[in-house]
Formats: sequence, structure tokens, C-alpha cells
Amino acid sequence: MDLHLSSASPTEGEREAIDAAFAMLAPTVPERDGDVATRSVHAGHAARSRRHLLLPMLHAVHDAVGWLSEGALNHVARTLQVPPAEVYGVATFYAMFSVEPRAPRVVHVCDDVACGPFGGEEIIAELEPGLDGSTDACWVRSPCLGLCERAPAVLHQRAGEPDLSQAPATPSSVLQAAQAPADPTGEQASAADHAFADTTVSAPQTRTGEHLRLLRRVGVVDPGSLDDYRAAGGYAALRRAVDLGPTRVIAELKDASLTGRGGAAFPTGVKWETVAATPERPHHLICNADESEPGTFKDRVLMEGDPFGLIEAMTIAGYVTGATTGHLYIRGEYPLATRRLQDAIAAARARGYLGDDVMGEGFAFDIDLRRGAGAYICGEETALLESIEGYRGEPRNKPPFPATAGLFGKPTAINNVETLYDVLEVLNIGGQAFASVGGGKSTGSKLFCVSGAVGTPGVYEVDFGTTLRELLDLAGGTRGELRTVLLGGAAGGFVMPSDLDTPLTLEGAREIGATLGSGVVLVFDTAADLTGTLRRIAAFFRDESCGQCVPCRVGTVRQEEALARLERDAPIGSRETELALLDDLARVMRDSSICGLGQTAPSAVMSAIDLGLIAAPSRNAGGPDSNGHAHPEVNGHSGNGHGGGR
Amino acid sequence: MFGAGGGTSAYVEAENADLIVLWGSNARETHPIFFHHVLQGISGGTRLFSVDPRHTSTAQWADSWLGLDVGTDIALANAIGREIIHAGLVNRSFVERSTTGFDDYAETVEPYTLERAEEITGVPASSIRELAHAYARADRAQICWTLGITEHHNAADYVFALINLALLTGHVGRYGSGLVPLRGQNNVQGGGDMGAIPAKLPGGYDVSDDEARARFEAVYRGKPIPSEKGMHLSEMFEAMERGELNALYCIGENPAESEANVVHARQLLEGLDHLVVQDIFRTATAELADVVLPASADWCEYEGTVTNSERRVQRVRKALDPPGQARPDTHIICDIANRLGHDWGSPTAEQVWDELRSVSLNWHHGMSYARLDALGGIQWPCPTEDHPGTPLMHARLWETEPEKRGNAAPFTPVEHVPPVDELTDDYPIRLTTVRLLDAYNSGVQTGGYASPLRRRESLRMDASDATRLGIADGERVRVTSRRGSVEAPVALDPSLRPGLASFTPHFTEEVDVNALTNDAWDPKSGTSEFKATAVRIERLGSLPAAGG
Repeated sequence: MDLHLSSASPTEGEREAIDAAFAMLAPTVPERDGDVATRSVHAGHAARSRRHLLLPMLHAVHDAVGWLSEGALNHVARTLQVPPAEVYGVATFYAMFSVEPRAPRVVHVCDDVACGPFGGEEIIAELEPGLDGSTDACWVRSPCLGLCERAPAVLHQRAGEPDLSQAPATPSSVLQAAQAPADPTGEQASAADHAFADTTVSAPQTRTGEHLRLLRRVGVVDPGSLDDYRAAGGYAALRRAVDLGPTRVIAELKDASLTGRGGAAFPTGVKWETVAATPERPHHLICNADESEPGTFKDRVLMEGDPFGLIEAMTIAGYVTGATTGHLYIRGEYPLATRRLQDAIAAARARGYLGDDVMGEGFAFDIDLRRGAGAYICGEETALLESIEGYRGEPRNKPPFPATAGLFGKPTAINNVETLYDVLEVLNIGGQAFASVGGGKSTGSKLFCVSGAVGTPGVYEVDFGTTLRELLDLAGGTRGELRTVLLGGAAGGFVMPSDLDTPLTLEGAREIGATLGSGVVLVFDTAADLTGTLRRIAAFFRDESCGQCVPCRVGTVRQEEALARLERDAPIGSRETELALLDDLARVMRDSSICGLGQTAPSAVMSAIDLGLIAAPSRNAGGPDSNGHAHPEVNGHSGNGHGGGR
Repeated sequence: MFGAGGGTSAYVEAENADLIVLWGSNARETHPIFFHHVLQGISGGTRLFSVDPRHTSTAQWADSWLGLDVGTDIALANAIGREIIHAGLVNRSFVERSTTGFDDYAETVEPYTLERAEEITGVPASSIRELAHAYARADRAQICWTLGITEHHNAADYVFALINLALLTGHVGRYGSGLVPLRGQNNVQGGGDMGAIPAKLPGGYDVSDDEARARFEAVYRGKPIPSEKGMHLSEMFEAMERGELNALYCIGENPAESEANVVHARQLLEGLDHLVVQDIFRTATAELADVVLPASADWCEYEGTVTNSERRVQRVRKALDPPGQARPDTHIICDIANRLGHDWGSPTAEQVWDELRSVSLNWHHGMSYARLDALGGIQWPCPTEDHPGTPLMHARLWETEPEKRGNAAPFTPVEHVPPVDELTDDYPIRLTTVRLLDAYNSGVQTGGYASPLRRRESLRMDASDATRLGIADGERVRVTSRRGSVEAPVALDPSLRPGLASFTPHFTEEVDVNALTNDAWDPKSGTSEFKATAVRIERLGSLPAAGG
């Protein structure tokens, strides 16, 4: 490999962190017996085949020193035999990495749709002066941190000490944590984790002990105890899967009509069957735990409260699809869930539930835990593949689909966290019983992430078919007067109060032109700043677009600009031309973006416009606009009368 | 190879080889076009072994690099051969059917145990063993080499040592397997093919071949062609020294800079009665000449053919008129012949080529200009106009019928002999010459152009050697061999190791490297031992370093 590196060299600390990570991650050390650096070097294919270690290596050095210096990037490039420009390209792809010197403590304050209006901005207002001039800590605005039920949320990213989350956070508690003494042993992180011990905050249903399927062990078992897990019925599903054999497990899944909960609702049984039947080896399994859709936190609650459940479900998936390694890709902003899973994987390994001979059943399976680093796009399955392989998380064109050519070009089953917990339920009660709840493609139960203006935000598990009104009642009803509900997240759309009796099924949502998406139910009352929310959503997509394809890269920028002009009531041309532009952009993005991000980036915005939720100057009232949109209603902003004819 | 002076394989076969050994070759820089094929292979899974004293940019692509001491290649090759024999990995049926002399070979390599080879070469025994096994087990394997093999006082023996390995394993005459000497320029192969080798007539016929000579004489209609081989370059200089050679006509060669022990060579050139230099630039040799004949750059200012390392003959076309009085080489030569009273006329390039075709019956006879145009070049041998050319040579060795198989290929046992220029306390550092991506030999063709990669010429050496000698990076030093002494700045180079230093031959105006090199030459090929010079390196005192 011809590597042309600059003369920048790593510091001792950076070198140690990188070398230690490499020694741990690369199973074969590059030097062989008898290698003398000046006489014989083994490199070549072996050395060039470790690109997939790039992201973990960057994490290792970033965790240690808090930023990625040119010297550190050079050393990573040399160690992995990856061109430095590509290392830089990957390093700068992720929001949690900095290639500029930065304070060792970074406070990520969520200012996204669920947190911004619920205290996030106040925290920022306090941190701005509070950390001004500090060299030990700094703060940044962050997209959704997946702690919406506990808004406002803050993530403390710390070099040389464990990361921790605070939610609900107060300005003073955040400042205190940012200025706390060094915490190399992780005591502060443990204390922060302990604040999440009461699971009834995140999953209020666990208080009442009512019949739950997916959440049944959350708050019941000690998430650190494998014995506890087994006592609560753990590993019965895997035992049953082994008894049935892969073919009959797939048959059960098909009987259950289980569909993927990641948003695309593809039949899980069909996906696993395709992978299992593809002759090319090896097969791969991926659990997509890169839960980043604004307003979504259900997977986090499952992983924090019942980590062994995910490990068991992945083991079943590996057994059925013939994959010996499962890659568990968890978003980088989930320190507690990551710790819980790390511990659980280690415990399962120690007890023979992972390894060369799982449960003595003669098949091998292990889990490779991968942390994302702040990139919404990596939740897109092919972007996730690129990310694991050590490239920028830019989605691939499909076909080929991952089930036939996925990770490293091999057949790959990619499943959402919630789907995998559903697999446990299918095996526990049988496919037919599972299918008896709900109907069509919507069988079994579904988790919803209810947040915003409701009495008791949290993850709620309801049978498919429950209406939106029933769900809101379950969550303590609306606080204030209900204005609208954002269903499905930033990539979803708005539902008006008149549609509250819509059954929450894939089919029911489609009927009213909405989508369940990742199960987001974000409630807005009449006091909410919807225009601000839409701009935040538009800014989110602009920021998270990977930039690979033009419709999304340019479209998300222009969409945000047009919304900003509408908000300022300073349209170019008239308000109608701006709406026509948004409509145009939406169609181009939907039709020609490579992946779901670009295709859904205009969803919420267009839905708001169609439903008349966007603020409009009063002078335009009366009659539909030239594009046939329902006319936007006026919501208190008074037009200044100078909008048109610029 | 086996009587035909050319590589056995087409370039493209490198893309389909399972294993490639680049031996004494930094092809990444010196043969970038060929290396593209290698890279194509690598991306498809081809394993690459690099045998080179330096950890070159080629070695950095290799699965395994064997960093042997300069001049110990035969010991390494013999040890590999012995290991293959002892591991039972010899291709028995090929050896028995298509080769001769195996027993002698086996006897010769027997003393070259892995341990002894490690002692001689410095390469760990385990790495040697690994290469032996990988090479012998590969379905398709090539050995490619360049000047690291051929610039030694016993260069032909080096080549034999490698050929022996191919015979031992049957890695020759089959697609993807072969022996590939990489030529330094676009037409080194063609020059040899056209008779610029003292023992050969155009088309590869030996001068001692009476029948061939008679055919050439009939066409050339001049004086009888001598049946004794002529002198090669190194012999010419020795003849000058003895006073037997007094006049020299030098075409496209710059011996006043490129010869080993160049100070001595220059004295000999200056002592000639008459020196004619025909070149595209006013070279250092031209400075010494009595007559300079300005030649056109035939690759763009005239037409003809070139032959590359895979024996492919290709057309060259004129794009520009030559400047000033410069004229094509053939025109100059024909005019001289005409003035000397022989009617050579003024033939076109195609007429010259067709004359060659009329005598080179086996290699070139079927290569009309029209066919060269139509096929984008043809690989020799191409004996008839309906012959497609021969991408792969020596496939005959695999024929089952003895008649088709023809002559068996002989093993040529060779022994390790260290370089002539011994390392001693007075001359403790091994200096070798290396080449860069953007330059050719003495720089006649490349020195005039700017390159973003160009650095001033420096003595490249290992950092620990420099520390030991108290030399800072960039400092000017004196480098002294048994023949001469030069001054140069130092550049620390991680591709080298303690005891090894290097110069390029490209920038003789900056550093006259061949004032140091040894003119000991190989009796079989006539090549001097540019690759192994013993030197000492001394500080110039505390004077600040000036730009080279």
C-alpha cells in the first residue's frame, strides 16, 4: 500500500491508545515469529483487510484524548493501511468526533423537537456564560439524544473518563457535572446510570405489572444478572429455536406475520429465509440499534432494561440465518445501554451463551458490539454496512439488497432491536398466537415513544389496532389543548385531532396518509411553536444528509432556506412560489434520493403544509394557493404586508 | 529464457497469477505500467512477495517482504530450491519430462539450508521457508525481476538461480506462471531483438549459426558477418584500456555518466582517437565527442516499432518534426553508409522493418505493419502472416509428445559468490543504486523536465547509521569507495536499514555516483556490479549544508 503521510506524529498517549485498541481488535498481530522489522515484514492482504476496525480505532483514541489530531489520524492510517485522506474522510463524517483541539469534556445539549422547547434552550442559555472561557469543558447543540421521555436531555462526552447521560437535566445539574472533578474510575457515570434505575419513568406500564410482551422483563429483572434473566424465562426461546431447527423457526415467523419494526415493515421470516438459503458464506447478522430518529427511544429502554433479551434474540437470528457473528451497532449517544450490553455480552460469553459452542448445541455465535459516533444516516441499513466496514456512512444503491449482498458483500440479515424482541415472543407463544393480535401486516404488539405535551411520557406497548386516542389516554392524556401529533418522527408526518380514532396499524396509518415509522408519538399543544419545530426538523435533515446524492444534499438545504424565509415572512416572490418550491423540492427528493433519508426529508414539512400547520401571514388568508394546497391557517403571527414582490 | 531472450508471459497474466515474486525489483516505481497489472491481481487476491534489500514502496504492498543483504540472492534462491526439494514439493512429472540436470542441481543446493541462508542473507529462516512453500504450492506463480538481479558481477548466475526455481516447480509455460524480466525502457527488449547484443543477429539468431549468417549475408550483401561474437560495452572499455579500440560510434548511450567507475571510463573516452556521439541531447559523452550527430526523438519525431518486456512489437508514429538539424537515427546511419560507399539508399521505416522480417523468420516474419496496426501489436514469435503471435512462451514444455516438447530446459546449478567489493572496516557501508518513479538512468531523457516528486540527489541512509556517525538529516557528507569519492547531502530513509545506503544514478550533475561504483562485470552478460559498492561515509566538518 502506498501511504503518503504527513510528518505529523502522534503523542505518546495517542499512540498508546491506538496500539492498545489494535492489539485488542486485530486477532492476528501483523508481525510473525521471526519477523525482524529490517529484514522481513508481513503485511499485504492481511494488513489491508482490517479497514473495518477504523471506526473502533477512532473511538479508542478519541475516547482517550478527546479529539483526533493529525498525528493520531496518521498513526491510525499506518496501523490499518488506510490512506490518510480516507481516514480523515471517515473521522469527519461523524458528529461526535472532532479533528480540531477541543475541551476534554463536551456537553451535548439536545435542542431537538422533544427537548428544545422543554428545557433544552434554557440549559443552553445557562451553559453559554457558564462554560465561557473554560478549557476543561465546552458545549454543543445536539440532535435528539433518544431521552425524550425525560426531556430535557444532555450527554456528557468525556475524554479519559466514561460518558454519561443526564435526563431530565437542569441547567445547574448540567453545569455541575461539566465542572465536576475528573472521574477516571467512572463513579460519576455510575451515579448517572443509577438515575435511570427506576424504569417506570421510561416505561410507565411497568409500574402496574399489566400484561406486557416486549417490555415484560424491563424493571423486573436486574439488567446485570444473567441468572435473573434466566429466572424470568430467559433463553427458553433459544432452546425452543434449537428444538425446532432453523426451517421451522422461519415457518413460525411467517405464521406470526412478523414484520420489521425499523420502518420498512418487511416480513422478518422472508428476510431470514433468504439469508439462510443463500449459498455464499459467511453469513452476517446485524442488529440495527442506531436509534436516531428524533423522538425515538424505545430501543434504548429495551436495551437498558433487558439487555440479555437482545443477546438471546440475536443468537436465535444467528442460529437461523447461519451467521456466526452478530454485529450490534448501537448509536454512540447511548452510554448506559452500551455499558449494559457490554456487561451482558461478557456474562453470556463467560457462561457459554455466546462462543464456539452456544449452550452446548454445537453452533458458534458471538456478538461484536459497535458504537456509532453521531450520524443519523447510519441507521439506514446500507449506510450502516458502510460504517461497519470502515467507510463513510453513505448508503448504497439497492438492489442488491443486504440479504443477498450485504456486509463485506455477503448475505446479511439486518434487524431492528424491537423486531428481535418480537422474535422472542413469537418463539415463546408460537406464530399463530402472535398473529392473533392485530391483523394484516400489523400483528403482535408495538412500542410507541410518547413524548411532548402528554401527562406521562414514555415507551408504551400496545396491541396493534389500538387507536391513537387510546394510546394518548394511556399516557395520561394531553397537557393543554391538543394541536397535533407528529407520528413516525422527523421522517413521518402530522396527525390532526380529528384523526385520533385511527387504529395504530401500518394499514391504518397509511389510510390517513401517515406512517408509524419508528413509533414516535410527539404531542403538541396549541402553545407549541410548530414553525420552529419544522425548522428544527429541516435543519436536522440538512445536517444529517450524508451529501452523497444531489437531491438530498441540495434539497435539504433549500428546504430549510425556504422554511426560514416563510418563517421570517420574507418569501422570494410570493408565499405561493415558496410553497410551490417546497412542493417541487419534495417531489425531487422523494423520487430521486438514493436512500430513505432524502426520500422522507420533506415528509413532515409537506404534511404540515398540507394540514395548514405552518405559520402564514394573515394577508394571504382566503382561498387555496395556486398549487392546490389547502390554505395554511393563520396562527397568530401577523403578516407585515411586505411579503411579496421582492 | 531457455535460449530466447525475452520474458515468458504477457503482462496481463500477472492479473491472474496466484502469487507473484518481485525479486530485486521496485516495480511500483520503476515499472508502473506493469505494476498496474500486479495491483489488479492483488485486488483479486494475488499474493505478492517482495525480495529486496530495501523496504520499498513495492514491498509495502507485499504480503511478505524478504529484506536480504545485497548480493546474496543466489543463496536465498538455492535455499528456497532446497526447501522445495526437501518438503517434497517438486513438480516431479515436469522435472522428469521437460528438464535436464535436476540431480546436479539438487546436489548443488543441498548445503543451502534455511539456517545457512539466514546467516548469509539475513532473512529469517521462517520467511524463506514460507516463500518456498507458497511458491511451490501456488497454482500459478510468476517470478519477476529487474536490475536488483542483473546488476551484479555474476548477474547471469542470479538469473539461472531464479530459472531453476521455475523449473523445479513447473512455473513456466503455463498461463499465469512464468519468468518475467522487466525491461527498463520501452524498447530495451527491441534493441536486443534487433541485434544490439554482441553474440546475436537480429531475431535472436546466434552469430555462430552458419545457416542464419548465410541468410543475413545474402540480404545484407556486404562483408561477411563474423562468426565470433563482438564486444559488449564493458569489454569495449577494457579494449580501450589496452589500446585496441581507438574509435567509438555511440548511439543513444551516455557512458560518460552511466558507466561504473565512471572517472576511469571518462579518461578512456577522452583517450580515444575518434568519438562520434549520436543523441537527442548534448550529453556528458557528447561533450567529449569529436563529432556530434543530433538525432530526432524517434518515439515522437519519427516512426518505427518498439518491443516491450512482454515481447510485444508495437508501431510508433510521428507526431512532430524534429527540431533544427536533428534527424532520425536510421537516416543518419544510412547516410553514413552511403558516404562510406555502400548503397543503402534512404529507406522508409517500413522498408527497414520489412527487410528485418525477411531475415527474422521465426520471431518477426509474420508482423507486417498492417497486422501490427490491426492487432495493436503482436508478441513474438510470429513466424507467418496468419500467426496470432505468442503471448505465452515455452508452453511446448508441457506437451506430452516428445517431438512437440522439443529440447528439455536445463537446470543450471549456481553457487553464491559475494559481491566483489568487500565490506571491511575501511568501507563498512553497502551502497546500492536505486531508481525513482520519475527518472531514467543518467537523466538524459528525464532530467530536463520538472517533477513534483523531484528532490535534490541525496545519500539515502538509515537513521541509526546517521546517529552513530553523528550525521544530521540534510547534512553534506563525503562518500568514498575504493575507486572514488563524492560529496552529497544525507536524507534519512526508513526503507533502508543499518549498513545500507543508496544513491540514484539520475542526477549525475549533482552527485557523480558512478565515480564510486565497481566496474567488475559479469562475463556472461557484460553488466557491471552497480548494485553492490562498499563505501565509508564521513562528515565534512561543521560547515553548514548547502543545497545539492
